[in-house]
Amino acid sequence: MSVSVENLSVAYRSHRGDVTAVDNVSFSLADGEIMGLAGESGCGKSTLGNALVYLDYRMKASGGKVTVDGKDLPISDSNAMRSRRMTEVSLVPQYAMSALTPTRKIGRIIDDLLKSHRVKDRDKVMTELRRRLELIGLKEDVLGKYSFELSGGMRQRVTIIMSSLLNPSLLIADEVTSALDVSTQRAVGEMLIEFRDRGYIKSAIAITHDLSILAQIADSIAIMYAGRLAERAPTSVLVDSPLHPYTQALLASLPEVGVRHDQVTLSGIPGRPPSLANPPAGCRFRDRCPFAFAKCSETPPFEEIKPGHLVACWKASQEHAEMAGTGRGLPLKEQV
Amino acid sequence: MTTLKLDQVSKLYRATTRAGGLTPALRKVSFELKPGEVISLIGESGSGKTTIGKVLLRLTRPTSGTVTFDGTDIATYNSRGLKDYYRHVQGVFQDPFSSYNPVYLADRVFALVRESYFPKVSGLEWSAKVEGALDAVALNPGDVLGKYPHQLSGGQQQRLLIARALLLDVKVLVADEIISMLDASTRVDVLNLLVKLKRQGLAILFITHDLSLGNYVSDRTIILRHGAIVEMGATEKIFGNPQHDYTKMLLTAVPELHKKWQHAPLAPLAVSANGAGTGTAEILSSDAPASMLARASVIDELAHAEQVVKRDLRAVFGGGRAVASGKSQVAVALEPPTLHEFEPDHLVADPE
Amino acid sequence: MSESISEAPAPAVAATGLPAGPAGTAVHRGRNDILHYGLRNKKLLFGLSLELILVLLAIIGPYLAKNPPMEITPYPLQHPGSKYWLGTDLTGYDLYSQLTNGLRESYLVGALGAGCAALIGMALGFIAGWRGGWLDEVLQMITNIIVMIPSLVLLVVIGSYLTSRSVLFEGVFIGLTTWPWVARAVRAQTFSLRSREYVDLARLSGKRPTSIILKEIAPNMASYLFLVVILLFGSSMLIAASYDFLGVGPNNVASLGWTMNQANANAALTYHLWWWFIPPGAVLCLMVFALLIANVGLDEVFNPKLREQ
Repeated sequence: MSVSVENLSVAYRSHRGDVTAVDNVSFSLADGEIMGLAGESGCGKSTLGNALVYLDYRMKASGGKVTVDGKDLPISDSNAMRSRRMTEVSLVPQYAMSALTPTRKIGRIIDDLLKSHRVKDRDKVMTELRRRLELIGLKEDVLGKYSFELSGGMRQRVTIIMSSLLNPSLLIADEVTSALDVSTQRAVGEMLIEFRDRGYIKSAIAITHDLSILAQIADSIAIMYAGRLAERAPTSVLVDSPLHPYTQALLASLPEVGVRHDQVTLSGIPGRPPSLANPPAGCRFRDRCPFAFAKCSETPPFEEIKPGHLVACWKASQEHAEMAGTGRGLPLKEQV
Repeated sequence: MTTLKLDQVSKLYRATTRAGGLTPALRKVSFELKPGEVISLIGESGSGKTTIGKVLLRLTRPTSGTVTFDGTDIATYNSRGLKDYYRHVQGVFQDPFSSYNPVYLADRVFALVRESYFPKVSGLEWSAKVEGALDAVALNPGDVLGKYPHQLSGGQQQRLLIARALLLDVKVLVADEIISMLDASTRVDVLNLLVKLKRQGLAILFITHDLSLGNYVSDRTIILRHGAIVEMGATEKIFGNPQHDYTKMLLTAVPELHKKWQHAPLAPLAVSANGAGTGTAEILSSDAPASMLARASVIDELAHAEQVVKRDLRAVFGGGRAVASGKSQVAVALEPPTLHEFEPDHLVADPE
Repeated sequence: MSESISEAPAPAVAATGLPAGPAGTAVHRGRNDILHYGLRNKKLLFGLSLELILVLLAIIGPYLAKNPPMEITPYPLQHPGSKYWLGTDLTGYDLYSQLTNGLRESYLVGALGAGCAALIGMALGFIAGWRGGWLDEVLQMITNIIVMIPSLVLLVVIGSYLTSRSVLFEGVFIGLTTWPWVARAVRAQTFSLRSREYVDLARLSGKRPTSIILKEIAPNMASYLFLVVILLFGSSMLIAASYDFLGVGPNNVASLGWTMNQANANAALTYHLWWWFIPPGAVLCLMVFALLIANVGLDEVFNPKLREQ
């Protein structure tokens, strides 16, 4: 296993008390796997991704253990993490493309970055940098430009190159395609895949709310809801036969090209996610779930229902147990 | 009976540079919006789609061309005429939170309308009107009245803004990317609301970059590129049988849940138009590897990066003057490509 | 909103620039938040308390004086003692009386100067920032001209034509010469706020520019304006004291600067008459210092990113 996260919780400090944004999350990634981490705003996916690289002063990690390439990743120890950032784990933060200093040229920014990470052999790295820029179609003169001279897509690509320059084992890309035009989205998505294929990054976690992009670039998808993992499965399995009612409802609410309202009327999920300051007991999707029943007042465990397919849902585990008991092999979708 | 009509609308920004010249944000755009009709205006960044919205809402003036509402040129309105115009034409924008002044309660947006348009209406009557509007957008008054904007979800904020428009006698709604900042589970609800309003006779200009949304909700579609219309017509025809290479490129780039990206018969276009306006398009072969595709879209971006830079610098330095970022790499011609009728209700532009 | 910025769908980032925390706990700068942090900010509390003490001194102090400030007592050059708490100067003025009355004058001038400068500066700043275009250029030219004029020289010239100068005159004069700084700051903020979407929405609701500036834009600059006024207050007091020290202030009025002017003219330093020049100077410093500290604290309260953790 390249990356393993066990029972990780992350809380925000506020003067009104701690708010747990990530609640007891566990998952693992194989070498070369791109995992999509999806969910709606406030579900904790960004917090989870960022915590693995940089816990800022407002956040506090508790419980749990993170390992990368077999070694422990001390996420709570900012000093120890310093040597691991960019080399073992790297982050392309949300709004990264707006975060490039407008008063310095791109080449200088990258140079400063390498200096601050005490990279030896900077020239060799810069040569590699030029190679990679060329690979994705950016000319070398981009290094001599200011960030505002580049379009959004170009900036995004530059930030991804910067974050992956030292060949990290794990790259966390937070909403890297969200602010882009559809053609650039595709280019950036394919860039992530190509970087993985060429070994520039070992594994990646792509955080986004856009499931259709993940369907294109991710090998597996994890769905988060209200701070917890709801479902995790290989991409085609999750998209074609999701087990968690939230995933099902989410997929059912996505319009696709070719579908018009007078042909198919889609519907959203009524209600709102619960407040994390004071979350309800048991399954957090209970209030909005059309299948909720008595047992849902207990927190469902996030367990493997089928090989490679983990769900936190009483209904799903019950039905699977029934199916296993009766020996029938129908996928859940057809039953419901 | 036409409601809102754009005729050869152009918006040019002046660039003070050694090279001189003008940067076109919109190039002679013409179309009509009729009652009960939803038109999707689809374009990527730099296409000019937001500018059209602002021109229609008279938040900015076109450089040339006219916008007529029920036969009258909107540029001729005095302040009273403009106020009257806003009774019939309203807008909702992309970032729902930014549309609220964070210092006040969310329902102040209703109070603003009341102060301007219904000053003599009694408190009881007004409450009834507000409740009616909230009902039309499926919002519970108890959930949204008396709250600050940050206490409402994005979906509630957006629907509240639509309700505000409904308080007036609105005939045209300009919806500028109103869904893109909402969560997936609430997007569809707002879209369905738009469909419901359309059935009641409202004309909607649905500006978006997301083709699947545009497809779901609209009767007619306009594809905008670099300020000019490249394809326009009935939605099924545009999406079902796209003719322009740009439209085809957009459709192949859209990520879908059940189909992997395929390499299009025609890969992304590279535009190498020179300043004089004659262009040659390089077309890459369909088996080009992924990185080549990436490269191709970069070249396309450079063509509008110039415009974007100019516009942003203008915003920073203010006024109507723009500062060019340097030597012009690619310039877009001021004349838009000509539109030809491919089939009834399906117009396609010549390649640029 | 320019197209390149409008691309970004940014889930849950409030317009105030603060990230919304996990669902339902948006870290918002509500009024309660400001009060909460305000009452805990040491700099603000310290500055405010110090200023309050001085204000009380200015209000109550003069009533406790035995003589009016400009009355010559028969006991010059008294050390501070039980009779004259801060002693007397060469002429025989009661220095405690001068100090407390001078404090009053300083506050008065400070308020006048700050008030005038704020009014003019804000008015012109709002107009320039909102309209832009040629009006903006004209106002900027005017601003630059005022900035260039050496105000001290101007005061001397004007002063020489006036038979008497009053505190009112001094206050207004300071207001008329320091507004450019306010105007520039307000113009810049207005410029940035006028392209907000809620301003567009107000326009779409048929609102007129005056209403929009006053009700939509100004409240969003409220904390900034508040800080500006505080700084203006402090600088007005300092400038007034400088004018008084140089002798171009109001005549026949006891003020801190005037007392120091007298002390300087009569070589109080050489003769070790410390009770003459140290109290007014120290009090002046404290007044401004307290304001500035409070200002820094207030800035931290308004801007969460500055808060210490």
